[in-house]
Amino acid sequence: MSGERASWPLYEVFVRPRRGLNHVHVGSLHAADDKMALLAARDLYTRRNEGVSLWVVRSDAITASSPDEQDPFFAPSGDKVYRHPTFYPIPEDVPHI
Amino acid sequence: MSDDHVYLSLTEAGPGPEGEARWAYGTGFADPLLGVDAAAPKGIDPADLAAYCLMLGDDVLVLSQRLIQWITRAPELEEEVALANLGLDLLGQARRLLTRAGQLDGSGRGEDELAYWREESAYRNVRLVELENGDFAQCVVRLLLFATAREELYRRLVGHADPVLSAVAALGVKELAYHREYASSWAVRLGDGTEESHRRMRAALDALWPWLEELFTPHEVELRLGVDPLQLREPVLASLEQVLAEATLPVPDLPGRAYVNGRAGRHGVHTEAMGPLLAELQVVARAHPGATW
Repeated sequence: MSGERASWPLYEVFVRPRRGLNHVHVGSLHAADDKMALLAARDLYTRRNEGVSLWVVRSDAITASSPDEQDPFFAPSGDKVYRHPTFYPIPEDVPHI
Repeated sequence: MSDDHVYLSLTEAGPGPEGEARWAYGTGFADPLLGVDAAAPKGIDPADLAAYCLMLGDDVLVLSQRLIQWITRAPELEEEVALANLGLDLLGQARRLLTRAGQLDGSGRGEDELAYWREESAYRNVRLVELENGDFAQCVVRLLLFATAREELYRRLVGHADPVLSAVAALGVKELAYHREYASSWAVRLGDGTEESHRRMRAALDALWPWLEELFTPHEVELRLGVDPLQLREPVLASLEQVLAEATLPVPDLPGRAYVNGRAGRHGVHTEAMGPLLAELQVVARAHPGATW
């Protein structure tokens, strides 16, 4: 039984919060198929009224950046403050910037 | 066991930076009975309505207890949480229905008194929900049978003259629709799965199918209230047959379980599984009478 269980693939779960804009990664779970993963995600990650939409995706379908590449990937943007929209006033009635 | 303060603090956290930021989890909880008129509707005998709420409430209270017994025993962590969620949905319905029964029957009993201080013969649930848990296949089959029948019933009760029953049914339809989906997907997965899972599903169906008929057998209270459960039989069986076909499982050709001198769960006549279940359900409350938490 435990051998069978270990072979269930891992899924990553993304929830779009109530009134939130985008899906946010909230955790992972094991499931035998996509449908089971979606139901399990509903039961594990939206019990406290967190979400209005769910995505599940098999973890092995995600291509991730590796920690070795952290510097070449992310350090170059560290000194370019002019890329931030902080040099002009934002009107108060413009949401979600 | 009052939730008022919880609802208040969560509903006060409205939209905007002040409210949202206080809670890591979702806000916007709503009490489905908020603002619902608790007076007995005109033209309906409050005693009948109380008896009916008690039947429906006991069904979900007892099944909730059975589901909660799966905690620490489920085959997978994910399924354990799922079963607990289903149990909590049913417990929420039970609390509102038992509270309603206590309001209407003139005894002044609250939900806790009804749940913890009644004897077995005063429980009005159908026998299907009290049977031993058995294996996971039996868990799936019982959920499938009960959820299909109860969803169909709640759909009809949404339009009931009693505003409380109607509100419970309106929320319950959504809950039971999920329970049915959960059970159906497992029924198909196990029925159309391995040789062993198919064999277990067939055994579970044969064991539980005869208890289904009781859910369609009218009690005199139901007939007086105009909520004849026999009307559910055809649509429920059609829905079950569809799921079983997809699960490659035959529809059992078995008669309903016999009544005892014309009496069964709705009259307080239960199986031998009921006593131990109630003992576990009631032991803490009876060991500490009057305790609050």
